[in-house]
Amino acid sequence: MVIKEIIYLMQKEFLLEWRQKHALGGIMLYLVSTIFICYLSFAGIMSVPTWNALFWIIIAFASLNLVLKSFADETSGRKLYLYTLATPSAIIFSKILINSIVMVVLGVLGFILFNLFMGNMAGGNFTYWLVLIIGVLGFSSILTMVSAIASQARNNFTLMAILGFPLILPLLLLLIRASLLAIEGASIKSVSGDLVVILLLVMISLTLSNILFPYLWKE
Amino acid sequence: MPNKTWNYTWKIFTIVLMLYVILGGLLFEVPALPVIHQTIRNIYFHVGMWFSMIFILFVGFLFSLAYLRTFDLKYDRMAFATVKTGLIFGFLGIITGMIWAQNTWGTYWVNDPKLNGAAVGILVYLAFLILRASLDDPEKRGRLAAVYKIFAFVIMFVFIMILPRISGPSIHPGVDGNPALATGDLDPMMRRVFFPAILGWILFSWWIYTVVERKDKINQKINQLNADQL
Repeated sequence: MVIKEIIYLMQKEFLLEWRQKHALGGIMLYLVSTIFICYLSFAGIMSVPTWNALFWIIIAFASLNLVLKSFADETSGRKLYLYTLATPSAIIFSKILINSIVMVVLGVLGFILFNLFMGNMAGGNFTYWLVLIIGVLGFSSILTMVSAIASQARNNFTLMAILGFPLILPLLLLLIRASLLAIEGASIKSVSGDLVVILLLVMISLTLSNILFPYLWKE
Repeated sequence: MPNKTWNYTWKIFTIVLMLYVILGGLLFEVPALPVIHQTIRNIYFHVGMWFSMIFILFVGFLFSLAYLRTFDLKYDRMAFATVKTGLIFGFLGIITGMIWAQNTWGTYWVNDPKLNGAAVGILVYLAFLILRASLDDPEKRGRLAAVYKIFAFVIMFVFIMILPRISGPSIHPGVDGNPALATGDLDPMMRRVFFPAILGWILFSWWIYTVVERKDKINQKINQLNADQL
Protein backbone atom coordinates (compact mmCIF):
# COMPACT_ATOMS: atom_id res chain seq x y z
CA MET A 1 0.00 0.00 0.00
CA VAL A 2 2.72 2.44 1.02
CA ILE A 3 4.83 1.19 -1.88
CA LYS A 4 2.02 1.98 -4.29
CA GLU A 5 1.74 5.47 -2.84
CA ILE A 6 5.49 5.97 -3.14
CA ILE A 7 5.37 4.96 -6.81
CA TYR A 8 2.52 7.39 -7.55
CA LEU A 9 4.25 10.21 -5.70
CA MET A 10 7.47 9.53 -7.57
CA GLN A 11 5.62 9.67 -10.88
CA LYS A 12 4.26 13.05 -9.84
CA GLU A 13 7.74 14.26 -8.88
CA PHE A 14 9.23 13.08 -12.17
CA LEU A 15 6.50 14.84 -14.08
CA LEU A 16 7.10 18.06 -12.15
CA GLU A 17 10.86 17.82 -12.67
CA TRP A 18 10.30 17.23 -16.35
CA ARG A 19 8.04 20.25 -16.67
CA GLN A 20 10.51 22.43 -14.78
CA LYS A 21 13.60 21.40 -16.65
CA HIS A 22 15.16 24.78 -15.97
CA ALA A 23 15.49 23.90 -12.26
CA LEU A 24 17.52 20.76 -12.97
CA GLY A 25 19.39 22.61 -15.70
CA GLY A 26 20.30 25.21 -13.09
CA ILE A 27 21.90 22.60 -10.86
CA MET A 28 23.75 21.14 -13.84
CA LEU A 29 25.09 24.54 -14.78
CA TYR A 30 26.06 25.12 -11.15
CA LEU A 31 28.09 21.90 -11.26
CA VAL A 32 29.76 22.81 -14.56
CA SER A 33 30.63 26.34 -13.39
CA THR A 34 32.08 25.10 -10.11
CA ILE A 35 34.20 22.51 -11.86
CA PHE A 36 35.36 25.09 -14.40
CA ILE A 37 36.30 27.56 -11.64
CA CYS A 38 38.31 24.82 -9.92
CA TYR A 39 39.95 23.92 -13.22
CA LEU A 40 41.14 27.50 -13.66
CA SER A 41 42.09 28.10 -10.01
CA PHE A 42 43.89 24.84 -9.35
CA ALA A 43 45.75 24.65 -12.65
CA GLY A 44 49.11 23.00 -12.16
CA ILE A 45 48.91 22.52 -8.39
CA MET A 46 46.74 19.43 -8.35
CA SER A 47 47.78 16.35 -6.43
CA VAL A 48 45.73 13.19 -6.08
CA PRO A 49 44.47 13.86 -2.51
CA THR A 50 43.54 17.45 -3.45
CA TRP A 51 41.77 16.22 -6.59
CA ASN A 52 39.80 13.74 -4.54
CA ALA A 53 38.86 16.11 -1.69
CA LEU A 54 37.85 18.82 -4.18
CA PHE A 55 35.59 16.44 -6.06
CA TRP A 56 33.73 15.46 -2.89
CA ILE A 57 33.34 19.04 -1.73
CA ILE A 58 31.83 19.96 -5.11
CA ILE A 59 29.45 17.00 -4.91
CA ALA A 60 28.48 17.94 -1.34
CA PHE A 61 27.60 21.50 -2.39
CA ALA A 62 25.73 20.31 -5.47
CA SER A 63 23.65 17.89 -3.41
CA LEU A 64 22.90 20.62 -0.88
CA ASN A 65 21.57 22.78 -3.71
CA LEU A 66 19.61 19.98 -5.29
CA VAL A 67 17.97 18.70 -2.11
CA LEU A 68 17.19 22.22 -0.92
CA LYS A 69 14.52 22.69 -3.55
CA SER A 70 12.75 19.40 -2.91
CA PHE A 71 10.43 20.95 -0.33
CA ALA A 72 10.73 24.59 -1.34
CA ASP A 73 8.33 24.08 -4.23
CA GLU A 74 5.54 22.74 -2.04
CA THR A 75 2.99 25.49 -1.57
CA SER A 76 0.82 25.22 1.51
CA GLY A 77 -2.24 24.40 -0.61
CA ARG A 78 -0.48 21.56 -2.34
CA LYS A 79 0.85 20.37 1.00
CA LEU A 80 -2.66 20.17 2.41
CA TYR A 81 -3.84 18.30 -0.66
CA LEU A 82 -0.99 15.79 -0.36
CA TYR A 83 -1.68 15.45 3.34
CA THR A 84 -5.21 14.27 2.68
CA LEU A 85 -4.05 11.81 0.04
CA ALA A 86 -0.85 10.18 1.23
CA THR A 87 0.83 8.99 4.41
CA PRO A 88 3.85 10.98 5.67
CA SER A 89 6.11 7.92 5.25
CA ALA A 90 5.20 7.67 1.58
CA ILE A 91 5.92 11.37 1.07
CA ILE A 92 9.34 11.40 2.72
CA PHE A 93 10.42 8.12 1.11
CA SER A 94 9.35 9.28 -2.33
CA LYS A 95 11.30 12.51 -1.84
CA ILE A 96 14.39 10.61 -0.66
CA LEU A 97 14.15 8.19 -3.58
CA ILE A 98 13.70 10.90 -6.17
CA ASN A 99 16.59 12.91 -4.70
CA SER A 100 18.73 9.77 -4.71
CA ILE A 101 17.99 9.03 -8.36
CA VAL A 102 18.69 12.61 -9.46
CA MET A 103 21.81 12.71 -7.27
CA VAL A 104 23.18 9.51 -8.82
CA VAL A 105 22.72 11.00 -12.30
CA LEU A 106 24.25 14.28 -11.16
CA GLY A 107 27.13 12.51 -9.41
CA VAL A 108 27.98 10.44 -12.47
CA LEU A 109 27.81 13.45 -14.79
CA GLY A 110 29.84 15.49 -12.34
CA PHE A 111 32.45 12.77 -12.11
CA ILE A 112 32.77 12.55 -15.90
CA LEU A 113 33.07 16.33 -16.22
CA PHE A 114 35.54 16.49 -13.35
CA ASN A 115 37.70 13.86 -14.99
CA LEU A 116 37.51 15.74 -18.26
CA PHE A 117 38.71 19.05 -16.83
CA MET A 118 40.88 18.12 -13.88
CA GLY A 119 42.69 15.15 -15.38
CA ASN A 120 41.71 11.54 -15.25
CA MET A 121 42.95 10.20 -11.95
CA ALA A 122 40.35 7.56 -11.17
CA GLY A 123 38.38 6.95 -14.35
CA GLY A 124 37.34 3.40 -15.13
CA ASN A 125 38.02 2.36 -11.55
CA PHE A 126 35.07 0.21 -10.51
CA THR A 127 35.66 0.65 -6.76
CA TYR A 128 35.60 4.42 -7.14
CA TRP A 129 32.29 4.26 -8.99
CA LEU A 130 30.82 2.11 -6.23
CA VAL A 131 31.99 4.57 -3.54
CA LEU A 132 30.55 7.43 -5.61
CA ILE A 133 27.08 5.86 -5.95
CA ILE A 134 26.83 4.84 -2.29
CA GLY A 135 28.15 8.24 -1.24
CA VAL A 136 25.52 10.25 -3.10
CA LEU A 137 22.83 7.95 -1.69
CA GLY A 138 24.11 8.89 1.75
CA PHE A 139 24.02 12.62 0.96
CA SER A 140 20.47 12.52 -0.34
CA SER A 141 19.09 10.44 2.52
CA ILE A 142 20.53 12.67 5.24
CA LEU A 143 19.92 16.00 3.50
CA THR A 144 16.30 15.33 2.50
CA MET A 145 15.22 15.36 6.14
CA VAL A 146 17.27 18.51 6.79
CA SER A 147 15.62 20.13 3.79
CA ALA A 148 12.20 19.25 5.18
CA ILE A 149 13.12 21.10 8.38
CA ALA A 150 14.80 24.08 6.70
CA SER A 151 11.99 24.63 4.20
CA GLN A 152 9.62 25.56 7.01
CA ALA A 153 11.81 28.40 8.27
CA ARG A 154 12.94 31.76 6.89
CA ASN A 155 16.17 32.20 4.87
CA ASN A 156 16.29 28.50 4.29
CA PHE A 157 19.43 28.33 2.16
CA THR A 158 21.66 29.49 5.00
CA LEU A 159 19.78 27.25 7.39
CA MET A 160 20.07 24.28 5.07
CA ALA A 161 23.85 24.74 4.94
CA ILE A 162 24.40 25.22 8.66
CA LEU A 163 22.01 22.44 9.64
CA GLY A 164 23.24 20.05 6.98
CA PHE A 165 27.01 20.42 6.92
CA PRO A 166 27.81 19.14 10.40
CA LEU A 167 25.59 16.13 9.70
CA ILE A 168 27.19 15.16 6.39
CA LEU A 169 30.71 15.72 7.66
CA PRO A 170 31.14 12.11 8.90
CA LEU A 171 29.97 10.92 5.50
CA LEU A 172 32.36 13.27 3.71
CA LEU A 173 35.33 12.07 5.77
CA LEU A 174 34.47 8.42 5.15
CA LEU A 175 34.01 9.04 1.42
CA ILE A 176 37.26 10.95 1.00
CA ARG A 177 39.10 8.16 2.77
CA ALA A 178 37.43 5.32 0.88
CA SER A 179 37.78 6.97 -2.52
CA LEU A 180 41.42 7.78 -1.94
CA LEU A 181 41.97 4.10 -1.20
CA ALA A 182 40.09 3.31 -4.41
CA ILE A 183 42.36 5.60 -6.47
CA GLU A 184 45.39 3.90 -4.99
CA GLY A 185 44.01 0.68 -6.40
CA ALA A 186 42.48 -0.93 -3.36
CA SER A 187 40.03 -3.77 -3.92
CA ILE A 188 36.35 -3.56 -3.03
CA LYS A 189 37.06 -5.72 -0.03
CA SER A 190 39.36 -3.17 1.59
CA VAL A 191 36.83 -0.32 1.33
CA SER A 192 33.86 -2.51 2.23
CA GLY A 193 34.16 -1.56 5.91
CA ASP A 194 33.67 2.12 5.10
CA LEU A 195 30.86 1.35 2.68
CA VAL A 196 29.04 -0.67 5.34
CA VAL A 197 29.32 2.26 7.77
CA ILE A 198 27.90 4.60 5.10
CA LEU A 199 25.02 2.22 4.44
CA LEU A 200 24.45 2.05 8.20
CA LEU A 201 24.20 5.86 8.30
CA VAL A 202 21.73 5.69 5.39
CA MET A 203 19.61 3.12 7.24
CA ILE A 204 19.65 5.21 10.42
CA SER A 205 18.64 8.37 8.63
CA LEU A 206 15.85 6.51 6.77
CA THR A 207 14.50 5.15 10.06
CA LEU A 208 14.70 8.54 11.75
CA SER A 209 13.04 10.23 8.76
CA ASN A 210 10.22 7.73 8.93
CA ILE A 211 9.71 8.36 12.65
CA LEU A 212 10.20 12.13 12.69
CA PHE A 213 8.73 13.34 9.39
CA PRO A 214 5.08 13.04 10.53
CA TYR A 215 5.83 15.70 13.16
CA LEU A 216 7.05 18.10 10.50
CA TRP A 217 4.21 17.43 8.16
CA LYS A 218 1.14 18.09 10.24
CA GLU A 219 0.40 21.72 10.90
CA MET B 1 8.59 19.24 53.42
CA PRO B 2 11.51 16.82 52.75
CA ASN B 3 11.23 17.93 49.14
CA LYS B 4 11.85 21.52 50.13
CA THR B 5 14.87 20.66 52.26
CA TRP B 6 16.30 18.67 49.40
CA ASN B 7 15.96 21.76 47.19
CA TYR B 8 18.83 23.51 48.90
CA THR B 9 20.66 20.55 50.44
CA TRP B 10 21.97 19.38 47.08
CA LYS B 11 23.11 22.89 46.25
CA ILE B 12 25.10 23.09 49.49
CA PHE B 13 26.53 19.66 48.69
CA THR B 14 27.53 20.95 45.22
CA ILE B 15 29.24 24.02 46.69
CA VAL B 16 31.20 21.89 49.17
CA LEU B 17 32.14 19.45 46.44
CA MET B 18 33.29 22.18 44.03
CA LEU B 19 35.30 23.93 46.77
CA TYR B 20 36.97 20.62 47.52
CA VAL B 21 37.68 20.12 43.82
CA ILE B 22 39.16 23.58 43.37
CA LEU B 23 41.28 23.45 46.52
CA GLY B 24 42.22 19.78 46.20
CA GLY B 25 42.75 20.12 42.48
CA LEU B 26 45.18 22.98 42.88
CA LEU B 27 46.93 21.96 46.11
CA PHE B 28 47.05 18.17 46.45
CA GLU B 29 50.09 16.30 45.35
CA VAL B 30 50.13 15.03 41.77
CA PRO B 31 52.56 12.54 40.21
CA ALA B 32 55.54 14.18 38.54
CA LEU B 33 55.32 13.28 34.87
CA PRO B 34 57.35 14.49 31.90
CA VAL B 35 55.85 16.96 29.41
CA ILE B 36 52.55 17.30 31.24
CA HIS B 37 54.00 18.36 34.64
CA GLN B 38 51.62 20.38 36.78
CA THR B 39 49.13 20.90 33.93
CA ILE B 40 47.79 17.46 34.83
CA ARG B 41 45.61 19.27 37.35
CA ASN B 42 43.51 20.48 34.42
CA ILE B 43 42.04 16.98 34.23
CA TYR B 44 39.76 17.84 37.18
CA PHE B 45 38.32 20.79 35.28
CA HIS B 46 38.56 20.06 31.56
CA VAL B 47 37.19 16.51 31.79
CA GLY B 48 34.50 17.53 34.25
CA MET B 49 33.22 20.19 31.84
CA TRP B 50 32.85 17.67 29.03
CA PHE B 51 31.11 15.19 31.30
CA SER B 52 28.62 17.80 32.41
CA MET B 53 28.03 18.95 28.82
CA ILE B 54 27.30 15.41 27.67
CA PHE B 55 25.02 14.85 30.66
CA ILE B 56 23.06 18.06 30.07
CA LEU B 57 22.72 17.48 26.33
CA PHE B 58 21.53 13.93 26.90
CA VAL B 59 18.87 15.22 29.28
CA GLY B 60 17.96 17.75 26.57
CA PHE B 61 17.54 14.91 24.08
CA LEU B 62 15.04 13.30 26.47
CA PHE B 63 13.19 16.64 26.81
CA SER B 64 12.90 16.89 23.03
CA LEU B 65 11.44 13.38 22.89
CA ALA B 66 9.01 14.39 25.63
CA TYR B 67 8.00 17.47 23.65
CA LEU B 68 7.15 15.45 20.55
CA ARG B 69 5.07 13.07 22.66
CA THR B 70 3.10 15.69 24.58
CA PHE B 71 3.43 18.99 22.62
CA ASP B 72 3.67 20.68 26.01
CA LEU B 73 5.67 23.91 25.49
CA LYS B 74 7.23 23.41 28.92
CA TYR B 75 9.44 20.66 27.47
CA ASP B 76 10.47 22.87 24.56
CA ARG B 77 11.62 25.56 26.98
CA MET B 78 13.51 22.97 29.00
CA ALA B 79 15.17 21.52 25.90
CA PHE B 80 16.22 25.01 24.80
CA ALA B 81 17.72 25.71 28.23
CA THR B 82 19.73 22.47 28.13
CA VAL B 83 21.27 23.49 24.79
CA LYS B 84 22.26 26.91 26.10
CA THR B 85 23.77 25.37 29.25
CA GLY B 86 25.46 22.60 27.29
CA LEU B 87 27.05 25.13 24.94
CA ILE B 88 28.45 27.13 27.87
CA PHE B 89 30.14 24.00 29.20
CA GLY B 90 31.21 22.99 25.69
CA PHE B 91 32.97 26.31 25.13
CA LEU B 92 34.59 26.14 28.56
CA GLY B 93 35.75 22.61 27.72
CA ILE B 94 37.21 23.76 24.41
CA ILE B 95 38.98 26.76 25.96
CA THR B 96 40.51 24.75 28.82
CA GLY B 97 41.44 22.04 26.31
CA MET B 98 43.11 24.53 23.97
CA ILE B 99 45.18 26.08 26.74
CA TRP B 100 46.16 22.61 27.91
CA ALA B 101 47.06 21.58 24.37
CA GLN B 102 49.23 24.66 23.88
CA ASN B 103 51.18 23.76 27.03
CA THR B 104 51.64 20.06 26.34
CA TRP B 105 51.40 19.51 22.58
CA GLY B 106 52.70 22.95 21.62
CA THR B 107 49.68 23.94 19.55
CA TYR B 108 46.17 25.14 20.28
CA TRP B 109 44.48 22.76 17.88
CA VAL B 110 45.46 19.42 16.36
CA ASN B 111 43.61 17.48 13.68
CA ASP B 112 42.42 14.83 16.07
CA PRO B 113 39.19 12.80 16.05
CA LYS B 114 38.17 13.84 19.55
CA LEU B 115 38.76 17.53 19.00
CA ASN B 116 36.99 17.46 15.65
CA GLY B 117 34.08 15.51 17.08
CA ALA B 118 33.69 18.13 19.80
CA ALA B 119 33.85 20.96 17.27
CA VAL B 120 31.23 19.39 15.01
CA GLY B 121 28.97 18.75 17.99
CA ILE B 122 29.15 22.42 18.94
CA LEU B 123 28.40 23.41 15.33
CA VAL B 124 25.26 21.26 15.41
CA TYR B 125 23.99 22.91 18.57
CA LEU B 126 24.80 26.41 17.31
CA ALA B 127 22.83 25.57 14.16
CA PHE B 128 20.00 24.50 16.46
CA LEU B 129 20.02 27.98 18.04
CA ILE B 130 19.87 29.64 14.58
CA LEU B 131 17.02 27.35 13.55
CA ARG B 132 15.05 28.34 16.64
CA ALA B 133 15.78 32.02 16.14
CA SER B 134 14.43 31.97 12.59
CA LEU B 135 10.98 30.74 13.60
CA ASP B 136 8.29 32.78 15.32
CA ASP B 137 5.36 30.51 16.07
CA PRO B 138 6.19 28.80 19.41
CA GLU B 139 4.45 25.54 18.62
CA LYS B 140 6.08 25.18 15.20
CA ARG B 141 9.44 26.32 16.55
CA GLY B 142 9.33 23.68 19.25
CA ARG B 143 8.35 20.98 16.78
CA LEU B 144 11.06 21.75 14.20
CA ALA B 145 13.72 22.25 16.85
CA ALA B 146 12.88 18.96 18.54
CA VAL B 147 12.90 17.07 15.24
CA TYR B 148 16.29 18.49 14.25
CA LYS B 149 17.72 17.87 17.70
CA ILE B 150 16.72 14.21 17.75
CA PHE B 151 17.88 13.64 14.16
CA ALA B 152 21.20 15.35 14.79
CA PHE B 153 21.79 13.74 18.18
CA VAL B 154 21.50 10.20 16.80
CA ILE B 155 23.67 10.93 13.75
CA MET B 156 26.27 12.67 15.94
CA PHE B 157 26.29 9.67 18.25
CA VAL B 158 27.10 7.37 15.33
CA PHE B 159 29.68 9.90 14.12
CA ILE B 160 31.51 9.92 17.43
CA MET B 161 31.49 6.12 17.46
CA ILE B 162 32.98 5.86 13.94
CA LEU B 163 35.26 8.89 14.03
CA PRO B 164 38.24 7.20 15.72
CA ARG B 165 38.35 4.49 13.05
CA ILE B 166 38.24 7.03 10.22
CA SER B 167 40.98 9.26 11.52
CA GLY B 168 43.42 6.69 12.80
CA PRO B 169 45.31 6.99 16.10
CA SER B 170 44.48 9.84 18.43
CA ILE B 171 46.87 12.03 20.40
CA HIS B 172 44.11 12.74 22.92
CA PRO B 173 44.03 10.30 25.87
CA GLY B 174 41.02 8.09 26.64
CA VAL B 175 39.43 4.95 25.27
CA ASP B 176 38.29 5.07 21.64
CA GLY B 177 35.06 7.02 21.38
CA ASN B 178 34.97 7.61 25.15
CA PRO B 179 37.32 10.49 25.87
CA ALA B 180 39.00 10.28 29.26
CA LEU B 181 37.06 7.31 30.56
CA ALA B 182 40.31 5.41 31.04
CA THR B 183 40.39 5.94 34.78
CA GLY B 184 42.25 2.67 35.21
CA ASP B 185 45.54 4.40 34.52
CA LEU B 186 44.78 7.36 36.75
CA ASP B 187 46.99 7.69 39.80
CA PRO B 188 45.16 6.69 43.04
CA MET B 189 46.15 10.05 44.52
CA MET B 190 44.34 11.78 41.70
CA ARG B 191 41.23 9.63 41.91
CA ARG B 192 40.50 11.20 45.28
CA VAL B 193 39.81 14.45 43.48
CA PHE B 194 38.84 13.18 40.02
CA PHE B 195 35.67 11.27 40.96
CA PRO B 196 34.27 14.00 43.24
CA ALA B 197 35.13 16.45 40.45
CA ILE B 198 33.00 14.59 37.90
CA LEU B 199 30.04 14.43 40.29
CA GLY B 200 30.53 18.05 41.31
CA TRP B 201 30.64 19.33 37.74
CA ILE B 202 27.53 17.37 36.77
CA LEU B 203 25.58 18.71 39.76
CA PHE B 204 26.89 22.20 39.06
CA SER B 205 25.79 22.02 35.41
CA TRP B 206 22.33 20.90 36.52
CA TRP B 207 22.19 23.88 38.84
CA ILE B 208 23.14 26.27 36.02
CA TYR B 209 20.53 24.60 33.83
CA THR B 210 17.78 25.22 36.41
CA VAL B 211 18.79 28.91 36.59
CA VAL B 212 18.75 29.29 32.79
CA GLU B 213 15.42 27.52 32.58
CA ARG B 214 13.89 29.68 35.30
CA LYS B 215 15.10 32.85 33.58
CA ASP B 216 13.47 31.73 30.32
CA LYS B 217 10.27 30.91 32.18
CA ILE B 218 10.14 34.34 33.81
CA ASN B 219 10.87 36.06 30.49
CA GLN B 220 8.06 34.11 28.92
CA LYS B 221 5.67 35.17 31.69
CA ILE B 222 6.72 38.83 31.35
CA ASN B 223 6.20 38.72 27.59
CA GLN B 224 2.81 37.19 28.11
CA LEU B 225 1.81 39.83 30.65
CA ASN B 226 2.97 42.60 28.30
CA ALA B 227 1.00 41.03 25.47
CA ASP B 228 -2.09 40.83 27.66
CA GLN B 229 -1.88 44.50 28.55
CA LEU B 230 -1.75 45.60 24.91
